[in-house]
Amino acid sequence: MRIELERRRQQSPLFSIFSPFLALLLTILAGVIIFWMLGKNPFSALFSFFVEPLTEVWSLHELTIKAAPLIIIAVGLSVCFRSNNWNIGAEGQFIMGAIAGSILPVLLPNMQGYYVLPLMVVMGMLGGGAYAAIPALLKTRFNTNEILSSLMLVYVAQLFLDWLVRGAWRNPEGFNFPETREFHDYAVLPELFPSSGPTNYGFVFAIIVTLLTWFMMRHMLKGFEVSVLGQSTRAGRFAGFSNSRMVFFAFLFSGALAGLAGISEVSGAIERLQPVISPGYGFTAIIVAFLGRLNPLGIFAAGLVLALTYLGGEAAQISIGLPDKIADVFQGLLLFFVLGCDTLINYRVKFVLDRAVKEGGAS
Amino acid sequence: MDLTQAVILTIMTAATPLLLAAIGELVVERSGVLNLGVEGMIIMGAAVAFAVAKVSGNPYLGALCGALTGAAFSLLFGFLTLTLVTNQVATGLSLTILGLGLSGMIGESFVGQAGVPLNEIAIPVLSSIPFVGPLLFNQDIIFYISILLIFGVSWFLFRTRAGLRLRAIGDNHHSAHALGTPVIRTRYLAVMFGGACAGLAGAQLCLVYTPQWVENMSAGRGWIALALVVFGSWRPLRVLAGAYLFGAVTIGQLHAQALGVAIPSQFLSALPYLATIVVLVLISRNRRLTLMNTPACLGQGFVPDR
Repeated sequence: MRIELERRRQQSPLFSIFSPFLALLLTILAGVIIFWMLGKNPFSALFSFFVEPLTEVWSLHELTIKAAPLIIIAVGLSVCFRSNNWNIGAEGQFIMGAIAGSILPVLLPNMQGYYVLPLMVVMGMLGGGAYAAIPALLKTRFNTNEILSSLMLVYVAQLFLDWLVRGAWRNPEGFNFPETREFHDYAVLPELFPSSGPTNYGFVFAIIVTLLTWFMMRHMLKGFEVSVLGQSTRAGRFAGFSNSRMVFFAFLFSGALAGLAGISEVSGAIERLQPVISPGYGFTAIIVAFLGRLNPLGIFAAGLVLALTYLGGEAAQISIGLPDKIADVFQGLLLFFVLGCDTLINYRVKFVLDRAVKEGGAS
Repeated sequence: MDLTQAVILTIMTAATPLLLAAIGELVVERSGVLNLGVEGMIIMGAAVAFAVAKVSGNPYLGALCGALTGAAFSLLFGFLTLTLVTNQVATGLSLTILGLGLSGMIGESFVGQAGVPLNEIAIPVLSSIPFVGPLLFNQDIIFYISILLIFGVSWFLFRTRAGLRLRAIGDNHHSAHALGTPVIRTRYLAVMFGGACAGLAGAQLCLVYTPQWVENMSAGRGWIALALVVFGSWRPLRVLAGAYLFGAVTIGQLHAQALGVAIPSQFLSALPYLATIVVLVLISRNRRLTLMNTPACLGQGFVPDR
């Protein structure tokens, strides 16, 4: 038996909506099998992985804290991917944004006032954007593959942060711990509902970014330019759009948003710089972007789902003694299923018996 | 063994995993498929090779299972991109993410344990040649395989009919299909070959390079291997040169760190990654040359028409 694809005349509206849900369902089925193979009761494991984190107010707060960076980065990446540019170094731009935004509270701790936080946010976006401009420049000027260059820069950014917090930026009163001084109060992103939990304005940023990007892609010429150049550079050129300017736009846009996520994370959740500031948000955001079908509104929902896998991973570690790596496994599987299910939108999948093919005379 | 020999030997050991992963990916890309999951296949190969070698006490069985794991793991990628025609970039990434997660779970119980190293096999007579002998003919089996693979792949691609077909598929899958060449089947085989090579590269890391299991021990080598294919402009012998150049950069920065050079260790550690970018820039700068060498259908999905 073989699988054959037959192109649909037009995209299936049914699967356009249901393919992400089908992918989630398949991931949960795979989860049942994995938990069963590990000798755990699959249903109680799934419960503590996917449901328990949603039952307490405190963990709902945690969910928004984890979801905010994922959504912000993924919305930026969706624009980049739609324009057919492959920025997979968002993790590095996240780190560089966090570093650039932290210049004020770390190096100039005496500069205090309400103007500090907005400045930090702007500097974070500039830092992330500037770092993303490197692969864009290399791609447009020297024809360098942006996938590889942006990814290599992730390792460089991680090492740069490591050097900063162990060297030049280390807290002088920190007993030699590899971290910077704690941010002063004016440099900390305020909490939204201080009485019930720690969720902060990062989540508000996520909402604003989602809506603005949705508006741009739906109602502005720039959004149209992104889609046209993404689908066909040639067609875009006839429309008078410049592809190399689009490369820069895509990278600066996604880099600035990754930088925004970075500075929000350190000023909202960590309140200092340390050697590791991200559990891989920049990579997970790629999954978020695809699960949300590269649509900002879909991405918002997808970000919450992927944030749940982080919380579920932590819960599974504590309550059923599974390694937290299980979160990565779920994320990888989810992306597989999302991509596989998206095939159903454009193609009819047929199961063909080999004998029938031979009768047809073609193979 | 004098110091020069010792340094060259460490360079060769550092270069072998890059070489293996790159030669596998070269064949995959020559068939027109871009598999960005090399990093995931390496780390899966490493985890399984270490576990099998540790449990069975036999490093050869470990290496074999590492290679088989890489091949089996690559089938996931193959099924999605070849049968379901998904986006190759995104699918490759998901293979990497999944591999990093799964390998962490497999290796979890082995963290901190001493591994079972692969021993050197001295080839009689040849290994006693002065200077060159101990370097080339007193090595572990994976090194010998890596060198054989380079010349084997070179011969296969440019001297056999099947190799010609594979290159034709990579350059124009529609024409190749019209001529009756099995596009999908060939690509499946190429992807599995790439997976096996990456798995073997992983086995080398945890059985030869540093005989222990460390989470994420592939440390970006899969990505460097991808860059090496571009650097070698899809030619096996140039990939060989590139891999050894990168081995030298890696070892050079390690020696500099050990000597206590007045440069922070993080900057030295960043060198291999920066070198990758610089090399990519230098190679891709010439658009015409790049266009000429790149398999024309690289990364494009293929749905056979009937």
